[in-house]
Amino acid sequence: MTGHPTLAAIVGLSLTISLTASLIAAVVGMPLGALLALTRFPGRAALVVLVNATMGLPPVVVGLAVYLLLSRSGPLGSMGILFTPTAMIVAQTILVVPIIAALTRQTVEDLWSDYRDELNAMEVGPAGRVATLLWDARYSLLTALLAGFGRAIAEVGAVMIVGGNIDGFTRTMTTSIALETSKGDLPLAMQLGLVLICIVLAINAAAWAARLWSERQAG
Amino acid sequence: MRAPSSELPVVLDRVSFRAGETTILDRLSLTLAPGAPTVIVGPNGSGKTTLLRLCMGLIAPTEGGIAWGGRSQATMARRAIVFQRPVMLRRSTAANVAYALAKANVTGSARRDRVDELLAQVGLSDLAQRPARQLSVGEAQRLALARALARDPELLLLDEPTASLDPASTRRVEEIILMAAQSGIKIVMASHDLGQVRRIAGEVVFLARGALCEQSSAGDFLNCPKTPEAAAFLRGDLVI
Repeated sequence: MTGHPTLAAIVGLSLTISLTASLIAAVVGMPLGALLALTRFPGRAALVVLVNATMGLPPVVVGLAVYLLLSRSGPLGSMGILFTPTAMIVAQTILVVPIIAALTRQTVEDLWSDYRDELNAMEVGPAGRVATLLWDARYSLLTALLAGFGRAIAEVGAVMIVGGNIDGFTRTMTTSIALETSKGDLPLAMQLGLVLICIVLAINAAAWAARLWSERQAG
Repeated sequence: MRAPSSELPVVLDRVSFRAGETTILDRLSLTLAPGAPTVIVGPNGSGKTTLLRLCMGLIAPTEGGIAWGGRSQATMARRAIVFQRPVMLRRSTAANVAYALAKANVTGSARRDRVDELLAQVGLSDLAQRPARQLSVGEAQRLALARALARDPELLLLDEPTASLDPASTRRVEEIILMAAQSGIKIVMASHDLGQVRRIAGEVVFLARGALCEQSSAGDFLNCPKTPEAAAFLRGDLVI
């Protein structure tokens, strides 16, 4: 493989964008999922179905929507962030929030049916319930976070559209693979693909080890 | 010294509780006064658990009213309940007690001291750092008692606290209950174990099919039951 510094920069950018998007999505999606699990209101079932369905949002569609929002003539065009890593983080966050919210809702709802009586008997209020359930479900929620990260790091449609695949600025692993494939440089595309798979594998292994270790600490 | 009681007596006035078409409790009037432990006796499905949940304020009666110390408001600050199958939080044993203390507004170093005291009181000091979900059934039951006592209750409601315990575990749980009773906490406990009634009860409330059949001192109940249902229950007949 040629151009190792470039490769490192591409890998670094991919990780920065997808990890940032996953963390923002966790901060937004976990409380959202918990609220959805704990509240009862008309239309809740429809909202749950909607959130579950948006787990399968096509990345190119999200990319297109964000593109329209951020383009010069779009409502947020004045921010001037189209074709920057920031725009890519925005698009991936939108892709990941539904995954984390949907998986969190399921996890928290299951734990709540376990905890309901005890927390009610201790007079724990709504905010306390959300905090307690998210904290006590943290190992299961790590899986939700990984699922979200997996979607972000693997997608190509959204970052391609809103990032523009600009060499040295918004080129990620997946957009490079797409580019090299269309240029006919299949060996390089395959090498990039292998690197991508190895990185995802390493992150999941690290998360698994962290979960094993901390479960032993707290049960 | 304890402040004057604010939760007692608990007065139930013609309380009914229905779930859909099923009547679980039917026009039950009952006064639970301070003093020796009250044991609620009756077959499965007689409404013991529902009665305890009503007394805790976790559910509201379909009809009738409940008053705690003359007030019908729902704050349950000085009440605590141990469910038949208590759920341990996914934290350490000590953290379970600390959580209950935090929710009862005990803070700072007072909380740490109280965790140690309560764990010692229920004999779980050695298991303080053990994940609570790994405790045995008997240990979990004692941890649930520690969590309930963390609320510094005047009224402690217990739903068959020894139902699935072996004799040794039962004895340890009963010792904790009697200790709590001696410290002035009013115990109201469901049981269908007559041996336990003899060991613990000062007063017996006998329920059958959602109705109050009998409320009398433990001695009177065991020696000369007033209703045929209670007599049959004491003989060991199957009362349904």
